[in-house]
Amino acid sequence: MKNVLCAVAGAASLLISAPSIAQTTLTVATVNNSDMIRMQGLTSEFTAKNPDITVKWVTLEENVLRQRVTTDIATKGGQFDVLTIGTYEVPIWAKKNWLVPLDKLGADYDVNDLLPKIKDAVTVDGKLYAAPFYGESSMVMYRTDLFDKAGLKMPESPTWDFVVDAAKKLNDKAGGVYGICLRGKAGWGENMAFLTAMSNSFGARWFDEKWEPQFNSPEWKKTLATYVDLMKQAGPPGASSNGFNENLALFSAGKCAMWIDATVAASMVTNPKDSKVADKVGFALAPNTGLGKNANWLWAWSLAIPAGSKKVDAAEKFIAWATSKDYTKLVAAKEGWSNVPPGTRTSLYKNPDYLKVAPFAKMTLASIDAADPSHPTVKPVPYVGVQYAAIPEFQGIGTQVGQQFSAALSGSTTVDAALSAAQSATEREMKRAGYIK
Amino acid sequence: MARMVTTRNKVISTAAAWLVGFLIFFPILWMVLASFKTELEAFAIPPSFLFFHWTTENYVTVQERSDYFHHALNSIIIAGGSTLIAMLIAIPAAWSMAFSPTKRTKDVLLWMLSTKMMPPVGVLVPIYLIYRTFGLLDTRSGLIFILCLGNLPIVIWMLFTYFKEIPKDILEAARMDGATIGRELIYVLTPMAVPGLASTLLLNLILAWNEAFWTLNLSTLEAAPLTVFIASYSSPEGLFWAKLSAASTLAIAPILVLGWFSQRQLVRGLTFGAVK
Repeated sequence: MKNVLCAVAGAASLLISAPSIAQTTLTVATVNNSDMIRMQGLTSEFTAKNPDITVKWVTLEENVLRQRVTTDIATKGGQFDVLTIGTYEVPIWAKKNWLVPLDKLGADYDVNDLLPKIKDAVTVDGKLYAAPFYGESSMVMYRTDLFDKAGLKMPESPTWDFVVDAAKKLNDKAGGVYGICLRGKAGWGENMAFLTAMSNSFGARWFDEKWEPQFNSPEWKKTLATYVDLMKQAGPPGASSNGFNENLALFSAGKCAMWIDATVAASMVTNPKDSKVADKVGFALAPNTGLGKNANWLWAWSLAIPAGSKKVDAAEKFIAWATSKDYTKLVAAKEGWSNVPPGTRTSLYKNPDYLKVAPFAKMTLASIDAADPSHPTVKPVPYVGVQYAAIPEFQGIGTQVGQQFSAALSGSTTVDAALSAAQSATEREMKRAGYIK
Repeated sequence: MARMVTTRNKVISTAAAWLVGFLIFFPILWMVLASFKTELEAFAIPPSFLFFHWTTENYVTVQERSDYFHHALNSIIIAGGSTLIAMLIAIPAAWSMAFSPTKRTKDVLLWMLSTKMMPPVGVLVPIYLIYRTFGLLDTRSGLIFILCLGNLPIVIWMLFTYFKEIPKDILEAARMDGATIGRELIYVLTPMAVPGLASTLLLNLILAWNEAFWTLNLSTLEAAPLTVFIASYSSPEGLFWAKLSAASTLAIAPILVLGWFSQRQLVRGLTFGAVK
């Protein structure tokens, strides 16, 4: 018995005196998309270099994630150490002091290599509050074979008149090909992302300098009337329930002559594994009306650290790794250049290996450059954001307006009625929030 | 002649029942089929029903990317725990209200139900703050607690209606024969209430298993049940239908099997009273 006790005591003292590496566990909250999943798979490369850090992942669908992360950060719940957030959240959260400025990303991080428009979108008052992981704009994807057959030639920067004409000409319902596929599903990040960007090109704006909603303006009327008319004449049936995924499926199956959506779609529709039209896709800038703004948006999923985190150093180390040039090289070495996260760094668009496998690279870069979150519209506005206004109220208002516009598309209401309902709903919310009296 | 009509009627009603059953079951079948397709086939228009290239790669990917058993175990503990505690509280409550009601019983029942009328998101922030203060965020006990509270009104209501169906005369007859309260409870009441208890238990288990608001919002990693597991496979930008279907099939499998084995009790319990 005594021996046993001695042995236990000895073992215990050994355990206590054993040198231990202080382990830091980082909980990373992220969205479910292929680039993020790939990063998850490569985490071991990071932990091999940083044996004192363990990384755990919480992956959620983006709307679930937004709600989850917002609740946690607003209550300082401290459940996450690294957050994946979009360009919409960064300015709002930075102003609320919810985020830690990223000023220790390391000497070789090369902040100036970030694409200027993307960097602007995650910078507030001169400080970087999130590190972009991948960025996107939107552009026209079109079927080169159908255009050739019809004797049409897509300009690099088409006008809406050209796009509308081409869609009507190429529309062949009997042959199962629709002239154009566009988002119609209601939601601030669904149809409103497209329609807000489209309205910018028509000279419309969400609010004037005094935060008065502008849906009663002729520019908005022209935007919505053009959209509804175009989709009725040359769009697929049931378009009011189509989002990115539905249109991706239609386009990949060869059922759309044109599709205007996120630049990240380009790598999917040109991938022969997933697309029947992989070798017949051309790219062009989102359309304009000659007013100096194109109908393209700007978005970047970025990594940020919540204020109050006790693991800032480790979190910043992880972010620096995940958004570095070396990470791009790591993905290229392991999974090929076509799989590297796009849209964040200038150097990627100068890399001949990348340009060789990404025929859409040039147009993606041109689209990102053509978007300006600080000056999104023809007339001046008090907000930042191309396809959204970066105010906390926008999610709710955007979705309400999106429902009206989706109803106009499905035909259950008219363009005029949808616009006046959008105007009154937005006025009500903006009054309630105290922007206008 | 009469017999032939009966047979024909039987055939028709059986066929109709199978058709309705198949229609109701179809979404689940479709999900299971989609889980064996490639992402491209899962999205194909027109969809292929049975003649596609069957693959189990989605299940492999899902298992590689997330730990199914960790989530499933959490679901079992959380749904089972909250159901047992809810039953322990609800049985005496319903019993007393059914067999010795006071003039306030109706108000109490209504008040309990009124707690279900508020959308849960309305109290998300206060609950989150309380949980943060008491260190209950991302713990199984925290989730058991909230799910138990959330389902309690339904459990009490269900049990109350079952108990009320039991005629008091039978209890009186037992008492006339000299049964003590203990004997009355065990030998007279319990056997009559078993179908009701079983179906309430099962329904509550299913409700707790499927609960997605609180389980998503109050858990992160350690206590995350299958709802979180499913939510990590849905995406507005990208093709994830096949993997999502595989994840969902895995998530409903345990409760489906349980339901299959106990469907007799469930049906009997739900129709209890109507047959008398």
